[in-house]
Amino acid sequence: MSTTIAFLGQFGDAVDFIFNERESPAGGAQVGGLGEIWELMWEHLKLSAAAMAIACVLSIPLGLWLGHIGKGGFLAINASNVGRAVPSLALIAFFVAYIGVGFTNLTLALVLLAIPPILTNAYTGVRQVERDTVDAARGMGMTGPQIVRRVELPLALPLIFGGIRISAVNVVATATIAPLAGVITLGDPIINVNTYGDEGRLAAAIVVALLAVATEVLLGLVQRAVTPKGLKLEAGGSARRLAIPIKRKEATT
Amino acid sequence: MSPLLAQVEIRERSDTCVADNGFCPDWIADNFDRYVDPFFQHVLLTVVAMAIGFAISFTLALIAYRKRWLINPVTQVTGILYTVPSIAAFFLLLPITGRGFLTATIALVSYVLLIIFRNVLTGLDNVPADIKDAGRGMGLTERQLLWRVEVPLALPEIMAGLRIAATTTVGLATLAFFAGAGGLGEQIFADITFKSNVVVAGVLAVLLAAILDGLILLAQRAVTPWTRAVASA
Repeated sequence: MSTTIAFLGQFGDAVDFIFNERESPAGGAQVGGLGEIWELMWEHLKLSAAAMAIACVLSIPLGLWLGHIGKGGFLAINASNVGRAVPSLALIAFFVAYIGVGFTNLTLALVLLAIPPILTNAYTGVRQVERDTVDAARGMGMTGPQIVRRVELPLALPLIFGGIRISAVNVVATATIAPLAGVITLGDPIINVNTYGDEGRLAAAIVVALLAVATEVLLGLVQRAVTPKGLKLEAGGSARRLAIPIKRKEATT
Repeated sequence: MSPLLAQVEIRERSDTCVADNGFCPDWIADNFDRYVDPFFQHVLLTVVAMAIGFAISFTLALIAYRKRWLINPVTQVTGILYTVPSIAAFFLLLPITGRGFLTATIALVSYVLLIIFRNVLTGLDNVPADIKDAGRGMGLTERQLLWRVEVPLALPEIMAGLRIAATTTVGLATLAFFAGAGGLGEQIFADITFKSNVVVAGVLAVLLAAILDGLILLAQRAVTPWTRAVASA
């Protein structure tokens, strides 16, 4: 393996690190190989998934509710602006210094990071449902909760998933610096380069990059799958309509 | 002072507040100067990345506005660059461009391209057709129409994109020290368990984001006086 990809230079070495274990440059333990990469990735995914799950449970109902009653728009929209201004490294450092390290604490930090885009998009998703549609539903005798569940939620779903996608990619990226808070994710070879060596660090960078792109692509497919058929038809209608989803998405990028 | 030296020296244990790892205003006042250089490194990283990123994506957007088939490929390529975490991008670039400012800047630029591209294009697309017709009726050429009508009317969207890009870049630049480019992140990383240190460096980063955001907003007001005229009318 190592000879066939040697021409790739350092990138070849890094790929080799992913597939074959070797002795640590610091001596002693073996590092690298699919087993270890998988272990690090599993921790990475567990951390990201836990944070995303909690963030969704907290922010989707809140965003739907605020959107439904049409209040708290200032909070819902500005959450994203404030969230963006706080660097993820600063947030994690704050948790390390003031609250503590470990899986639970770090999950909480990532939840804070993940909430704003989902909250903003859930709110915006409900608000952009045409008032005529909601009035029609009310005229048909639907109650408030029914309107939320059967009208506003389905029509807001594409935007909600847009928010989930932004958050998920951000959380996967930020989980890379989790070893600073004592959680050994794919960022470990990046931060503890003495143990893993330069190839290990580059290998981790490659895997993290692929993981982020995979997250984006996968959630993009889910987003398309949950978009109601009617909305897809509408969006594909004419060139002018095309500009609108782009703009709406921008609200929280 | 080498980074290693800074790491060793950051906490003088003789101070009881510091030794107890409290939040120490005295320590901050005495040591504030160690944050000045990283702060300006941070400003430089952000501003240079924004300027280059804007130049590239604005040009791309103007071209794609006329040649619509370009929109999808440009969105997809910049979308991938946007998705690759910058911390990974730093190390992917390391074998090619080495440690330092260049590597950090390339990674930061690649991140802002999509944001600005999308907003410029949306801004141009949202210019009402009848306004463009009026411009053509007054005898403007396509080039004159672009620079005198379409770009000015797209400015609010363009500036909104710049604000998003600026605040995000400040955040990502805290990771630029991984590429050997310094910045406030280096100070955070130097002693991540020391409360006073984390707060000063973190607050400076948030402050920088807020200042840049405010400056772009002011610039937007200055270059789009008509939006206020409409609002107050």
